[in-house]
Amino acid sequence: MMAEAIRVVLSVVIVFTFVAVGVALFLVLMERKVSAWVQARIGPRHVGPYGTLQTLADLLKLLQKEHILPAGADRLMFGVAPVVVAVAALMSYVVLPWGPGVIVRDLGVGVLYFAAVLSLEVVGILTAGWASNNKYALLGGLRSAAQMVSYELPLGFSILTVAAIAGTLSTVRIVEAQPYPWYTYPSVLLAGLVFLVAATAESNRIPFDLPEAESELVAGYFSEYSPLRFALFQLGEYGSLFATSALFVTLFLGGWRGPFGIPFVGPVVDGLFWFLLKTYAVVFFFMWVRWTYPRFRIDQLLNVSWKLLLPLSLANLLLAGLLVAWSG
Amino acid sequence: MAEAVAFYGLTAVALGASLVVALSRNMVHAAVSLIPVLLSVAGYYVLLGAEFVAAIQILIYAGAITVLILFVILLTEGATGVRVRPRNEQVSLGALVCLFLAALLVAVLTRTPWPQTQGALPEYNPGAVGQSFLTAYVLPFEVTSLLIVACLVGAIVVARREA
Amino acid sequence: MIGLGHYLVSGALLFAVGLFAVLTRRSAVAILMGIELMLNAANINFVAFTKFVSPELVRGHIAALVVIALAACEAAVGLALVISAYRHLETVQVDEINLMKW
Repeated sequence: MMAEAIRVVLSVVIVFTFVAVGVALFLVLMERKVSAWVQARIGPRHVGPYGTLQTLADLLKLLQKEHILPAGADRLMFGVAPVVVAVAALMSYVVLPWGPGVIVRDLGVGVLYFAAVLSLEVVGILTAGWASNNKYALLGGLRSAAQMVSYELPLGFSILTVAAIAGTLSTVRIVEAQPYPWYTYPSVLLAGLVFLVAATAESNRIPFDLPEAESELVAGYFSEYSPLRFALFQLGEYGSLFATSALFVTLFLGGWRGPFGIPFVGPVVDGLFWFLLKTYAVVFFFMWVRWTYPRFRIDQLLNVSWKLLLPLSLANLLLAGLLVAWSG
Repeated sequence: MAEAVAFYGLTAVALGASLVVALSRNMVHAAVSLIPVLLSVAGYYVLLGAEFVAAIQILIYAGAITVLILFVILLTEGATGVRVRPRNEQVSLGALVCLFLAALLVAVLTRTPWPQTQGALPEYNPGAVGQSFLTAYVLPFEVTSLLIVACLVGAIVVARREA
Repeated sequence: MIGLGHYLVSGALLFAVGLFAVLTRRSAVAILMGIELMLNAANINFVAFTKFVSPELVRGHIAALVVIALAACEAAVGLALVISAYRHLETVQVDEINLMKW
């Protein structure tokens, strides 16, 4: 009992350190490098080898800026909102399987917990938009909340489809239940595509980034936030991007399983390597899409969710259920 | 021991936040402090071994209903900053009634000899709940689904702008 | 250690606070929040009874899930009515909505 508690606390510390360094710092740099590659330029390269210390330099610059509280803003809500977003994003790392037996806590209701915790981010965004006492922030917050709530449904249904085929809600058992020809189940392919689209919308990325579009709303719901809290928001945003990509890898790409079953170093290190490789590949895919497409209008965005993705994912779930019941 | 600490901590958070919900003048503060109440009730469910119900509570109550309440507050009067009286004229009578009800409930609930057993909850909660929903309790399941559809259509029709 | 009585008492206290919110608040949305508090208190009772009285058949969990679904429906319809009332009557304070009083 005590040993288990210590193990969980230790693994939380390790995961949090990884998130702070390998996710928040690295993904900002990766985004800038990927955007540079798409736009045929080089990107940051002066600070550190190949620009790797660039984000650290940016963070140090941000930390020494002045804290501004807008006049008429609600102090408590203004301070609480970025914390809610960051904590909700970080809490979802508990159920990600990094390798065989390497997980913070294998909850019986793993993927459901993941979806539940991600849905708490919406509250933080709404509160941020309102507490800034700023029309653009409020509008951005309302739009973002409407978008995230609309896209939670297709996301949840595609997760449920995979859980129904695998017969379990636990992330570890879903990884173990994936036979090699996972995509011969047609429902899984369609669920994967729906998941990708819904995850892009959930992370407020282009083509669904109307709530934070610079040309429309200054910076959306975090226009009024001074740098330290802005950094917390960015932690939440990139953290949830990485967590969603990791969930995609867990549900659809085989988690920590390597392609040929050939052991390189040992099962745990191998598993970690393949998991991180696949997750960063999916993150790269998200960034690639971001710098390629224009953005949707708000009504197109909501139409895609309610009139296209939701019926599609519902029909997909029905099909998956029929296939599972038929094949016994 | 750890369970007692968790239980009393969750109770303190739940009751404190619910007092903010009942007494706060600022509507947004009241709506946002509904979230600690819902999360600590989810914590109770986890302490009671009901992980599936806890996850559903966070997903639906804290994640969706709170957002709905916040939306309506932001779209109606709550955010205008105009000072309105938060409580009506029956505060003292209401407080008396609630205190009396709380005392009555606590007295009755602690003195009744409940038929407690020593059984164990099923290991994989969602499986047992799913089995029950599809075998013994199919009727409540289907009726609830029908009710959800009816409320969905009803809410859209009622809140629609008359074009 | 923490027995059935503890959970029932905390459910009862939460219910009393919810009832106070329903009885004394003037804003319709605040009354709806009080109703949510009362429904949560009832759910605590359901789940506590499942664990201590009949754990093998998870009947209390079934009841709690149905109550959560019903609470979501009722919040949706109630809030839709509040929006509609605000559009026509310019107020959501329940003692100012008195068109049908004699």
